[in-house]
Amino acid sequence: MEKQFNVVGQRLPMVDAAAKVNGSAQFTDDLMLPGMLHGKVLRSPLAHAKILNVEVSKAARLPGVKGVVTGAEIPDRQYGIVPKARDEYALAKGKVRYIGDEVAAVCAIDREIAEEALDLIEVDYEELPGVFDPLDALKEGAPIIHEGVANNTSFAIRKEFGDVEGAFAASHLVSEDSFYSQPVNHAPLEPHSAVAQYDPIRGQVVLWSSTQIPFFLRRNLAATLQIPESRVRVIKPKVGGGFGQKIDMFAKDFCAAWFAMKLGKPVKFTYERDEVFIATRQRHPMYLTVKTGMTKDGKILGQQFLSYADGGAYNSTAPTMMALSCFFLMVPYHVPNLLYEGYHVYTNKPVGGAMRGHGIPQARFAVERQLDLMAERLNLDPAEIRWKNSIKAGEPHPGGFVINTCGFAESVKAAAEAIGWKEKRGKLPFGRGVGLGGASFPSGVTNMSHISSGAVVQVGQDAGVNVFTGAADIGQGAETVIAQIVAEVLGVKLDDVRVTAADTGITPLDPGTFGSGVTVRAGNAARIAAESVRKRLFECVADELEANPEDLVAKDGVIFVTGSPEVNITFAKALKAYQYKDLPMPLVGRASWMADTSEPTTLFNQPGNFSPNYSFMTQAAEVEVDTKTGKVKVIKMVTAHDCGRPINPMLVEGQLEGSIAGGMGQALYENVITEKGQVMNPSFLDYGFPTTLEVPEMESIDIETDDPVGPFGAKEAGEGTQLSPAPAIVNAIYDAIGVHFNELPVTPEKILKALEEKKKQSA
Amino acid sequence: MKQAIALTVNGDTYEVLIAPNQTLLEVLRDKLGLTGTKKGCDLGACGACTVLLDGEAYLSCLMLAVDAVGKEIVTIEGLSQGGELHPLQKSFVELGGLQCGFCTPGIIMTAKAVLEEEPQPTEESVKKKMAGNLCRCTGYKKVVESIMSASGSMGGKQ
Repeated sequence: MEKQFNVVGQRLPMVDAAAKVNGSAQFTDDLMLPGMLHGKVLRSPLAHAKILNVEVSKAARLPGVKGVVTGAEIPDRQYGIVPKARDEYALAKGKVRYIGDEVAAVCAIDREIAEEALDLIEVDYEELPGVFDPLDALKEGAPIIHEGVANNTSFAIRKEFGDVEGAFAASHLVSEDSFYSQPVNHAPLEPHSAVAQYDPIRGQVVLWSSTQIPFFLRRNLAATLQIPESRVRVIKPKVGGGFGQKIDMFAKDFCAAWFAMKLGKPVKFTYERDEVFIATRQRHPMYLTVKTGMTKDGKILGQQFLSYADGGAYNSTAPTMMALSCFFLMVPYHVPNLLYEGYHVYTNKPVGGAMRGHGIPQARFAVERQLDLMAERLNLDPAEIRWKNSIKAGEPHPGGFVINTCGFAESVKAAAEAIGWKEKRGKLPFGRGVGLGGASFPSGVTNMSHISSGAVVQVGQDAGVNVFTGAADIGQGAETVIAQIVAEVLGVKLDDVRVTAADTGITPLDPGTFGSGVTVRAGNAARIAAESVRKRLFECVADELEANPEDLVAKDGVIFVTGSPEVNITFAKALKAYQYKDLPMPLVGRASWMADTSEPTTLFNQPGNFSPNYSFMTQAAEVEVDTKTGKVKVIKMVTAHDCGRPINPMLVEGQLEGSIAGGMGQALYENVITEKGQVMNPSFLDYGFPTTLEVPEMESIDIETDDPVGPFGAKEAGEGTQLSPAPAIVNAIYDAIGVHFNELPVTPEKILKALEEKKKQSA
Repeated sequence: MKQAIALTVNGDTYEVLIAPNQTLLEVLRDKLGLTGTKKGCDLGACGACTVLLDGEAYLSCLMLAVDAVGKEIVTIEGLSQGGELHPLQKSFVELGGLQCGFCTPGIIMTAKAVLEEEPQPTEESVKKKMAGNLCRCTGYKKVVESIMSASGSMGGKQ
């Protein structure tokens, strides 16, 4: 643990921070190209309808309009992020499935004309009955949303590990409780945008897009445009937050490229805020029933889950989301016997997709709430139940996970202590309380052949270091972390490293930002590429320093002999020496990295080690409930967190703090409200996520482990922390007012109603 | 239908031909190429489009460009002087008061106006005055710390 680093582990500003504070950082909508046209999308006003006819001639004749396209004209090729679940067209063909579904697109010389043209498109619909709840959509005779998908169930998963019935029979207490998690919009500050340009001579499309996954977008775009992948170049400018919402391809990407190809001019599509709310993605609403068997002293013997996810109109990441929801029930607690049955069900509503935690926040809410319910029933301490059931590093895992390092038990104790658990739990005055929640998350995915990252490190004649990585920085600081890793390996300053990233035309393959894999996967690729540069530089200067290359160290811009720092050469001079030895320049190191796949798994078919490593954390909340208004104030939130060795503790803290605000929103405020499929609150004002006034005091505690697989011992830090704030807050509300809430969000209205009920019962 | 107006932005005067219903945000971004000012909602709900008019913070998406005639407009591009970052900008960089950076220009412009009005604010006051600027990444802790640090209210901490 006593390893010393110079750049890794430092609280360094993001490499692009200065550009972000002076207004020069360019996001997709900031790009202006000569002759650029502007596009708009026509969306369905109906939740479920056949498209009988789309009449575009009036729109096409409007002066300034350069093109109109409808679903009928685009290639018959569905897309989707998960190959087995492709069910979407960029523009609907024959049928619309939710209010907001894309019907047609126009392209004009400016935005106003494009908008005016939308009003001139006449669509004849035949309205069909809609279905708006997954439990209704499952029933026999429910409207069929996608032809051939029986019971609207597009994905089902049933997994059993061990013997659950046996576990229940051996249990002292078996409890069954039901929970509901609401739809939550990611609400990144940057609305989704795309700009496309076409080179007709070379037949190449360039697409700048607010995307988290440039290489997957390239694949989906090439497939739907029916051109080779090599003819599509996707470039990710700065992305203004994603949280999973920018994982999918959207109509704006396809339509920008389509019009650019047809018209030979650059085309921009930028969504309005209400389009982001209605027609991109949201966290899946989910109904969950959990049955858990415990011993008298609170040890979990077995768990059984039944979950119904409301997928909305399309699949997006459905199979992956359901698999994550299932497998990640087996961390951070030791669950020796598990039976999971889950269904992803279509409804005529906005589309569910990956959102920070991806299927796990819903399951985690259920589990963490039920642990508190059962602790009460067994008269046990909820903190003790958590550390007692903690999974341990190295122990055999029912799902096949390989847990190298695990700071979970320690995190429970640390978080409990920091919130003042012993002094406060059950002891604060009515209206105040404390609560806990635990969680674990993967650091990326091991299981598919295309989930690997490349990196190229090139040292120029002036000793400047350039890194080429496909990793997609969406604001979390991926480029900074990668630059820190390379600077550490080469022993140079962060400022000496330049990063070129996320451009499918020039940077190596990378799956993108999802599943919290970037630091471990792209970081390891960058580390190995830099090590290969360092190795050749060491070999070159070893003679001069009269040492073995293996005995050399690179640090602070100097290469020296271990134990004899006076025998040294600067990095810049070493590079000169390399050149004068007539060794070929530039000095380039390359690497491709994927996690060990000795136990490959797709999870859908067989269990196995899902991720190269796993983060662990406990969050503790203190809340105050205003019993007159029903409002909950979160006073303090502690996160005790094992993300291995943080590459940049300041950025890790930033992730934790952002997660707390997100988790608070999920717990108390946020809810995409729909009435018969119509989103009723598609604006920041009506939706209401936390502002400076709501966020609590936040404390971060680093439970450092040194993971053998992560670069410099690192694990994920961006998503896991989003899992437990909501249950911790709701558990604290119970401690405050003695009411259990099992449905999110816990609004003032629900609290007042519950307090009223409570009063009646005690009267 | 269009009319010519003159806008003074970051010390320079620009003559632009605009429609009377165009917002200041649209003119700054589309006509003047000052894309540091962001469009997050176009409804005055997120603060990403905040600019200064005669030193006061305004939401440029809610203001018609014609109403900005005769005012000294400062955008995020005009905050740093001679290549040096403004102390507020420096503070956000060093203390990690930003992540994706999309809300950052608006936050910094609002903060500038807050500190003009109240050079040594309390944390509570900063939180209150910054509540109209939404950020989905940071959880605001480091945003508030950056502003407090720039104001010098944190003693020698910076």
